[in-house]
Amino acid sequence: MACNSATCQSGGCYREDNGDKIDDQFPQPPPAVATESTQQRLSNGKNSDSAFCIKCKLKESMAAAFSSSSASAQVTGGGGGGGRGGASDSSPYCGDCFRSNLYGKFRLAVTSNALISPSDNVLVAFSGGPSSRVAIQFVHEMQMKAQKNFDASRDRSLPVFGVGVAFIDESSSISIPAEKFSQAVEEMRLVVSNLAPPVKEFHVVSTESIYSSDSNNGRNRLKELLNAVADVTGKEDLLVHLRMLALQKVALKNGYTKVLLGTCTSRIACRVLEATVKGQGYSLAADIQYVDARWEIPVILPLRDCLAQELNILCSLDSLKTVEVHNDHHSGINALITSFVKLLQEENPSRESTIVRTAGKLTPFHFNRMPEPDDCNMQLASQRRQKKYNLKPNESLPPESPCRICNSPLKKSDVKSYKLENQIMSAEDISNGCCTSCQFQILPKDISLLEHFYSLLPPQMAARGEYSCLGEDRWLREQIQDCLLSDTEDGT
Amino acid sequence: MEAEEVVAKPPKGRFCTICNQRRAALKRPKTLEQICRECFYAVFEEEIHGVIVDNQLFKPGERVAIGASGGKDSTVLAYVLSELNRRHNYGLDLFLLSVDEGITGYRDDSLETVKRNEIQYGLPLKVVSYKDLYGWTMDEIVKLIGLKNNCTFCGVFRRQALDRGATLLKVDKLVTGHNADDIAETVLLNILRGDIARLSRCTSITTGEDGPIPRCKPFKYTYEKEIVMYAYFKRLDYFSTECIYSPNAYRGFAREFIKDLERIRPRAILDIIKSGEDFRISTSTKMPEQGNCERCGYISSQFSVPSSDFLLLSMVLFA
Repeated sequence: MACNSATCQSGGCYREDNGDKIDDQFPQPPPAVATESTQQRLSNGKNSDSAFCIKCKLKESMAAAFSSSSASAQVTGGGGGGGRGGASDSSPYCGDCFRSNLYGKFRLAVTSNALISPSDNVLVAFSGGPSSRVAIQFVHEMQMKAQKNFDASRDRSLPVFGVGVAFIDESSSISIPAEKFSQAVEEMRLVVSNLAPPVKEFHVVSTESIYSSDSNNGRNRLKELLNAVADVTGKEDLLVHLRMLALQKVALKNGYTKVLLGTCTSRIACRVLEATVKGQGYSLAADIQYVDARWEIPVILPLRDCLAQELNILCSLDSLKTVEVHNDHHSGINALITSFVKLLQEENPSRESTIVRTAGKLTPFHFNRMPEPDDCNMQLASQRRQKKYNLKPNESLPPESPCRICNSPLKKSDVKSYKLENQIMSAEDISNGCCTSCQFQILPKDISLLEHFYSLLPPQMAARGEYSCLGEDRWLREQIQDCLLSDTEDGT
Repeated sequence: MEAEEVVAKPPKGRFCTICNQRRAALKRPKTLEQICRECFYAVFEEEIHGVIVDNQLFKPGERVAIGASGGKDSTVLAYVLSELNRRHNYGLDLFLLSVDEGITGYRDDSLETVKRNEIQYGLPLKVVSYKDLYGWTMDEIVKLIGLKNNCTFCGVFRRQALDRGATLLKVDKLVTGHNADDIAETVLLNILRGDIARLSRCTSITTGEDGPIPRCKPFKYTYEKEIVMYAYFKRLDYFSTECIYSPNAYRGFAREFIKDLERIRPRAILDIIKSGEDFRISTSTKMPEQGNCERCGYISSQFSVPSSDFLLLSMVLFA
């Protein structure tokens, strides 16, 4: 319960000797601390001996550039890209080294986890925000380099991966003024078209498209579904799950082989706390790795090691256009956590990284690595890379089916095993097929409403977990199939 | 026992949702149910009984020491445990065990409370003091080393003091009043600080089974707010301030956050504990070794202590 100050990371964790109330301003860490990271310098403001970039030592560091420019004139807003600057623009690197450092993190993530292979067709999810904007930019740069190598090579053996961009239109679930919306979409289209060659297709997908029926019917079902969720946080989370379904659908339809998200360290830190606070500690590890191959089209997170602050700086440094589609206004628990993490990050700039590093020590699942391709050589290489965890699913047990709504792996002791009566889904079956978190915050409390709620779910969610209902019998049968003499159970 | 209110229908307000007879007097922090006082006492006490039984915390005939600081958690713990011991025949020999760190204006006041508890609950009290064990009070130590690292020392000393007190009392088990809020806070803090080793241990309801005295936390799922409510309605005698030397600016962040969270979704506190229990932490994850002190052989988790502190530590322990 006591603060173990040997490991305490806050700069000042003691009171003034005269017993006064704790000073809310944390004192600057003493200059003798040798372990001060470069990240901490970001919040220390001007540091007199870092006038030059700490990496190349040639150009002026951004910190020096910022403090000299703001000293004189009024701050009108940092470089191009408008107003996102301020103290966060100060960095011990010069602009070029900063950019190459950030791109380097992206490239390292891609290469060491085999996220993108030459034969891939990658769909990048674009929300308009800075993280996904940088994701598109970096993927484009990587693609251009690959194209250059291809053009220069003689045998043209290694193809160049393809890239597409998708924007999820949530206007039927979130109110956005129509004019603002269409303008935003046009701006995004322009951004994508400017990132050529190589040309990238831009898809606008509406959430209701996940329903296979016509769009009106889909829109109504979607509205009814969302209205049936009473909990504010539950509704927000359900929208996130639907977003992923929409991405999967457009990826499948257009022949993409990977879905790329711009999820950054800061977003993952929030996700870690969100999961903890919602009782999802078991499945947390599944959502925060570089690879999430639960889905039909595997999802990759190459910006996992980049902080939101860094991505913001890059956008303003390179004038990368971002588009605000709607005031991404979170409420409830998610908003509380976002502001909590922001507070912690201000107090200690390495907090987000520490949170993600801690969560990174949780054991991932077998689907958190790239599914092995058929090519023998690739198999060996990826096996060498993935030696860290023995992640093969246990083949002597029936496959676990995930939560119907959020697709998270269910802890065995939480799942009440059940057998379907005549293959009709009862209210209890519906409830049992979901994780405890979704049961609480998404499913209706009133049991009599459960069946109707189930009918409102998009087909992909309703179909999940059907395996487990019929599954265990079928799986057992498959195990002993070769010794059975008849095809049916009663021996006829 | 209070006399039941004899009314056919309450003038305003509603009936208790559990017994439907008495008027609802409060909203239960954990579930927001509107219930009467008697039903609150009943659910509060029976839930703790459930935790004790489900986790097999005690065996009949055991001698059990209750870590008593005089604060609300330990006071309510002593009260409820002795009540449940009687009601459900646990067959336990209960004692109060208090540690006197020698902090003027804080510990001496709370010790008076514990002495009153001894009389009020009829539980024998043993006080172990840093002065007797080590020849130093915390006041003296802080005067020497200042306000940095003082909590570290106090924590180490207290653990040893509790164990020694427990040995003197010849008890089989130690119970402490750590509540759900404490444990949720600790889970969060360990995530924030990157302490994966502590994260894997901090949700255990029983710890130290391989050590001299196992310790358990019957209040693991009990909300702090409910403990306060229970103490308030039952008019239990307790002392509430924070240690005057405690800096803990950092734990304050987590505490604020949990209070805000509880307001939005009360069950989140239990959800944090559940997450803590469910985290997939591989047993082969490199954990810091828990070894023994090179000098006295007592268990120690740190291999190296700054030399000036080591000097002080050895002065304290071996003077």
